[in-house]
This record gives sequence, C-alpha cells and structure tokens, in this order.
Amino acid sequence: MNRYVIVGTGVAGVSAAQAIRATDPAAEITLVSEDPHGFYSRPGLAYYLSGEIPDKQLWLYAKEDWQRLNVRFVAGRATRLLPGEHRLELGPAGALTYDRLLLAVGAKAVRLPVPGADLDGVAYLDTFEDARRLVALARRARSAVVVGGGITSLELTEGLAARKVRVHYLLRGDRYWPAVLDETESRLVEHRLVEDGVHLHYNTELVEVLGRRGRVAAIRTEKGEIIPCDLLAVAIGTRARLELAQQAGLETQRGILVNEQMASSVPDVFAAGDCAQVFDPLTGQWVMETLWNPARWQGYAAGLNMTGYETKYHHRPSFNVTRLAGLTVTIIGSLGGSRDDDLLTIARGESEAWRFGLEGVTLYQTADVNRLRLVVGQKTLLGALVMGDQTLSIPLQELITDQTDITPIREQLLRADVPLDKLIFNFWQATHPRQRGDQHG
Amino acid sequence: MGKSDSFPKVASRQEVLAAGHIVPAEGRCIQCGICSFNCPIGIDVRRHAWLGEPVVEAHCLTCGECVRRCPRGVLHFEQLKIFGGSS
Repeated sequence: MNRYVIVGTGVAGVSAAQAIRATDPAAEITLVSEDPHGFYSRPGLAYYLSGEIPDKQLWLYAKEDWQRLNVRFVAGRATRLLPGEHRLELGPAGALTYDRLLLAVGAKAVRLPVPGADLDGVAYLDTFEDARRLVALARRARSAVVVGGGITSLELTEGLAARKVRVHYLLRGDRYWPAVLDETESRLVEHRLVEDGVHLHYNTELVEVLGRRGRVAAIRTEKGEIIPCDLLAVAIGTRARLELAQQAGLETQRGILVNEQMASSVPDVFAAGDCAQVFDPLTGQWVMETLWNPARWQGYAAGLNMTGYETKYHHRPSFNVTRLAGLTVTIIGSLGGSRDDDLLTIARGESEAWRFGLEGVTLYQTADVNRLRLVVGQKTLLGALVMGDQTLSIPLQELITDQTDITPIREQLLRADVPLDKLIFNFWQATHPRQRGDQHG
Repeated sequence: MGKSDSFPKVASRQEVLAAGHIVPAEGRCIQCGICSFNCPIGIDVRRHAWLGEPVVEAHCLTCGECVRRCPRGVLHFEQLKIFGGSS
C-alpha cells in the first residue's frame, strides 16, 4: 500500500488527494496542516469580510466528501523534511514516513517592515483566522489605514468600508496598482473608491505604527503626518512558504521549482499551488501565481504523477476575474506594467506573468467606466484587460488561452477603423462556434 | 468603447425561462459560495461549478440571481437544445 503525505489543506492539497484517491483506491493519504480550519475558499475570505456571505459558506466540502476522499488528518506543523529517509517530522506531533510527498504549503503575507508592526490591530489577510480577526477588529474600529497594492489591498479597503469603517488608503506612488493597470484604469478605480468614501493618500509612505497600551492608535508617514486609526490592514505582497523545502535541499527561487510533472528537484517530493514556481511557455519564464484555479489544476496533476500516472501540467495564460472598487475586471496573459512601490511581491489573486511585457502592440478602447486593453502579438493576442462591461471576458479568455491565430483580423485590429470590441466578439464567434456560439442569435 | 448593444443579441431571460439552464465557465470559480447563498430555493450552485456541471435541476427557476451575484463572471444562461440542432 502506498503512503502519500500532503502538507497543506488548501485547494492544491485537497485536489492532489482527490487525484490520488481516484487513481489508487487503496492508498493511505495523510493531510498535514497547521490551519485548524482545514479546507475553505481562500479567495472567498474577501466576501466574508465585506459581509456578502456568512463564514460557514466558505467551506465547500461536506462530510460525505471527506468520507469519499478517505484521508487522515494530522493537525500540526511540519518542522523538518528528510527526503533521504522519506520522513517528515512534525515536532511534538511525531513524524510520518511516506512514499511520495506533496508540499502544498501556500504563501504567507509579507510582514510590514516598520517599527510598531507587531502592535495589536495590525492585520493581514492570509487565512480564515485572519479574516475573522479583521471582522472582530472592524466591529470596534472607527477608522482604519490600509497599505499595499494589488487585489488584496482593495479587498481590505472595500471590506472595511462595507463595515462602516472610515478607510484611509495609502499609496506610495501616484496611482493604484501600476504593476498591472495603466493610468486610465488606475484612475477609474480610484474615482470609484473616492465615491465610496475612501480617503486616498497619494505619495504617502508609512514609516511607523504608533500604539497606545499595545494597540494601534495611529500611523506616521514619511512627511510626518499622523493619521489616527484603530486598525492597520497590510497587503504588501506574499511569499511562498519555503522553509521546509530549502532546509530539505529542494531547488527554489521565489518558489519551489517544479517540472511539468510538478516534481521538485528531489526524488518523491512534489510541490503545487502558491508555493510552487512553474514554467510558463507563453513568456518563457518561471512564474509565481497565487490563483485558486491554477492551484487546483497543479494539485490534481501532482496527485496523478505521485501515483505514477504520468501527466503534464500545462500552464495556461494567467487569468483572473476580480472586482476592483465595484468594477469587474478580467486580466489575462501578459500586459506589462510599471514600477509598483506598494508591493514587494505579488499579492493574492495575482500572477507574475501579468507584469511581463512581451513584444506586442497595445490597443485601447474606453467608454465611461468600461475599458478594454489588448496586447496584440504577431500571430496571437498576448494579453487583455477587460474592465466594467464583461461581454468580452470569456471571448478573450478563450482566444488567448487557445492561442487562436488572429491573422485574419490583425491588420483590421491595428487599423482600428472598426470598434475593437465588435471585431473581437465577431472573431471569437467565428472561431469558437461550439463553445458558446449557440446561445447567441 | 462601442456600446454593448452593438453586440449580437444574447438570449434574453424570457427566452431561456422555458428551456434554459445555468452553466459555469471553466477555470473561473473560486468557490466563494455567493451563488448558493443567494439561490432563493437553496440549490447548491457552487457545487455544480466545482464539478464543472450545468445546473440541470427541475426546481431551478432560472431567476438569474446567481448569475447576477457571482463576482467572477462564472455563471451564464444557456439555452437547452430541446429540439436538437442549433437554436
């Protein structure tokens, strides 16, 4: 009987367990996690914070699902991996031996590197415990400061604002999320934030957190300004949890390097999800992503390979749909971006690949809060951003993911004598008739 | 941007009421459960999205609440081809 150990109970770990169970019904599968809340929708935490769903909605697996999966849970922290002995130490909880092991340990929010950052009332958004703490803090907070960038910083800003907390959002530069958005898009988001009552502070750097009796009372900026607050929410990026991997001698960069089988550089040790760094054929680079669906696919591929059923994980063009200040935004492929001082790494819900600038021509179309940005390559679309009206979200996801040859419309696209959206939509219908064409008519 | 009415017409809610269902798009759902939470008759829409299956449930009212509430554009109406061929 094969013994599989999976470290982490996020979507990558659970998907791996699913794949193993489907392929090896007799397998002994052990899931190790230090998160007492097990498997829940991590991206859903934002909607719990905003009050759109109650906490219990976050758990997607029912008792019967766990029975079917038939796994053993070990609560505890994996302290040391000994690949030569096929052994995982768990500190006081003992040790486990394995035939194949998966590291699906995820990523952790980067801590704020300023004095006072350890005060009570400084919060991050990694786990359900963090989200619950934020909700409790928001209940008695009158005003909050948010620092950071990307999707998570806005989830924090909007979630706190929805809970009637007065929010000061500090930006180190002169606009929001320059790593991915262009200036027009940043401004669209910022205007909406201001309309929602958020106080935006541009060119403002937090240098110290000031406390009273061990609790956050205010923050001080580089310019000497003091902003009183009861809560400081931080989203300056995430880093893969690499301690176990590095100590065990696995090859790592920003994440654990894995091949297309999701295998690490050390025999019988695999990695998947936010802690893994995978090869992206579109950009030719090894990328980090903190995205739910790729984590699920990676976990599944890892699980199959762990049982000996060889399969390749094909990295697809990086994709996410999110809401920024109430505007739905689809981001696909590579867009190229500017320097972003608000983020030390990527935040949650992001891909490094979005920031890569590939050789292409960028086209735009804007109307009111609706914006379309396309990066047009020689033969394919390389990236797209759809803000507001989402009619083109699925069409562009499919055209970019499928690497559809755009030669028939490329010249017309660049000439721009026909509205971009119409051209793309008609081309998608013509090239993807089976997927969705049947619902229009 | 060209107005959205310049797009070919998408099947209206009335048109799918009699013979339609909700379909999840692949690779978008993050299992937040907003859809299930807001379904007026308690269909676990999120489970369908996890399994990648259309919501083919006799009780579904196709009221569109889940489609409207989904923050990730996962859910769409699709017409059932009850007579075969394209509609």
